[in-house]
Amino acid sequence: MSMLSEPKPAPDRSRGGGEPAIELIDVTRRFVTADAKVTTALRNFTMTVGKGEFTCVVGPTGCGKSTTLNLVTGLARPNEGTVRVMGRPVAGISPDIGFVFQADALFPWRNVLDNVAAGPMFRGMSRKAAHEKARDWIARVGLHRFEQHYPHQLSGGMRKRVALAQTFINNPKILLLDEPFSALDIQTRTLMQDELLSLWSDADASVIFVTHDLEEAIALADKVHVLTAGPATVKAVYDINLPRPRVTADIRYEPAFVDYARLIWNDLREEVQKSHNQATAAAVQGSEP
Amino acid sequence: MTVLAQTLDPPATVTGPSTLEIAARHASIRRQRIVVTARIAILVVVLGGWEVGTRIGAIDPFFFASPSGIAEQVWVWVTEGTSQGPLWQQIFVTLEETLLGFVIGAVGGIVCGIILGRNKLLADIFSTYIKVANSIPRVVLGSIFIIALGLGMASKVALAVVMVFFVVFANAFQGVREADRAMIANAQILGASSYQITRAVIVPSAMSWILASLHVSFGFALVGAVVGEFLGAKQGVGLLISTAQGSFNANGVFAAMVILAVLALVVEGIITLVENRLVKWRPVPFSEH
Repeated sequence: MSMLSEPKPAPDRSRGGGEPAIELIDVTRRFVTADAKVTTALRNFTMTVGKGEFTCVVGPTGCGKSTTLNLVTGLARPNEGTVRVMGRPVAGISPDIGFVFQADALFPWRNVLDNVAAGPMFRGMSRKAAHEKARDWIARVGLHRFEQHYPHQLSGGMRKRVALAQTFINNPKILLLDEPFSALDIQTRTLMQDELLSLWSDADASVIFVTHDLEEAIALADKVHVLTAGPATVKAVYDINLPRPRVTADIRYEPAFVDYARLIWNDLREEVQKSHNQATAAAVQGSEP
Repeated sequence: MTVLAQTLDPPATVTGPSTLEIAARHASIRRQRIVVTARIAILVVVLGGWEVGTRIGAIDPFFFASPSGIAEQVWVWVTEGTSQGPLWQQIFVTLEETLLGFVIGAVGGIVCGIILGRNKLLADIFSTYIKVANSIPRVVLGSIFIIALGLGMASKVALAVVMVFFVVFANAFQGVREADRAMIANAQILGASSYQITRAVIVPSAMSWILASLHVSFGFALVGAVVGEFLGAKQGVGLLISTAQGSFNANGVFAAMVILAVLALVVEGIITLVENRLVKWRPVPFSEH
């Protein structure tokens, strides 16, 4: 079990080699609220994701985990520091990026086929070709019988499968997932984690997976980043040396998994407590004008 | 993955209706019958009471008309024509004004609503004026339109447009504003341009709002056309009403009202048909039966 306790660029143990896929270097991101108060979501945040690497980011609720993803997409810009994707500074939304949202972001007025075909069609592929490609991806996530169904006719897990197909069809080199399975029940979540790992192993994408569920992070990741309570910095980085392919339902009973969980939780617990205290203080302050 | 696919099979189909289902179906049929019977009973009681009231002298038919008198008036108009010419011509004129006003107002409202909903700066600039314009009792503008545009069709169409525009505009604007942020971000990352986002995300998600407003605003268009005819016209159902009023013909006023109600119901039915076609992706609401 190797462990790096400082957030320095990790040694490249990934499949691709060469330069890292994603770099956030000394990034600070502030938000100005409507009443002109400044909140800092990220401060001096440094993180590196190697090519083909599966990175999980865990941290207390509301610490700024999602902000890191928005910086990588280009939907948000850093106030200080640099964000680089595939060696190039982020300028606008890169076509190499795929994003799976926490909320249901499917288009409810499109059936499964048109939802999955959306990406290629937005990018100028003909309707026929896009549909053909979409059929293939729908079959890969096991929904070939549901091509004509609308999202509201599907279960939560099936909708997530559609979302995965919708994302993977664009062949993303960078895959960002923002607590994608947090709304699912625990059994479905495990199924979806396996599905994700299987899609990822074929796709060879570099992944940042944001979650507040430590066990999910360990089950999926090559590397787990623990963030501090807001403003977030990287507190520690752990290499997860569990063998692949993994079956997430079984892996959590391995002794090594339990060791990782205990080790990382010790780090995380402090931050969760801190975050809780901050939230309480803010609520008290808010109620006293 | 194949295992996963199997778990997604639809549940085995039931071979035949069970006794429980048969009982439920019977109960629903019985309920349906009660509803229809009650509806008819209410109609009979109200119209019958009205008719009896006029016959025994409790209600003065000179002021309040009577169902038989109204029916007779409609029959006379249908068979012998009105004082202004054949009935169908009056209906046609009013319907034409209403539809023209409705279409122009609705299209204008939708376009402006989407433009202002997508552009924060324009919305901030114009919002005050729209609030002001919306708070004016717009029927009053009818007089201006008669002065400016004369007794012909233009003044009625203009009034109907003004009546419709603001309702549709407000709904389209709101619908655009309510469009789901995650859905827009999803489309952006999937590769949609600003125009594609408007077409594929904004307009469909505003569609429910817009269609809801179309139901209401058709009624408003009809009000605009009829009030316009009231204020001064050479033809139309509104003129029928004001002529009947001038000759103290209560039956005539009610008869024109019946005709307008039938018109409104027919068009309402057509709008509902169109709506069901456009938003077939929506979950089936609890039926009213």
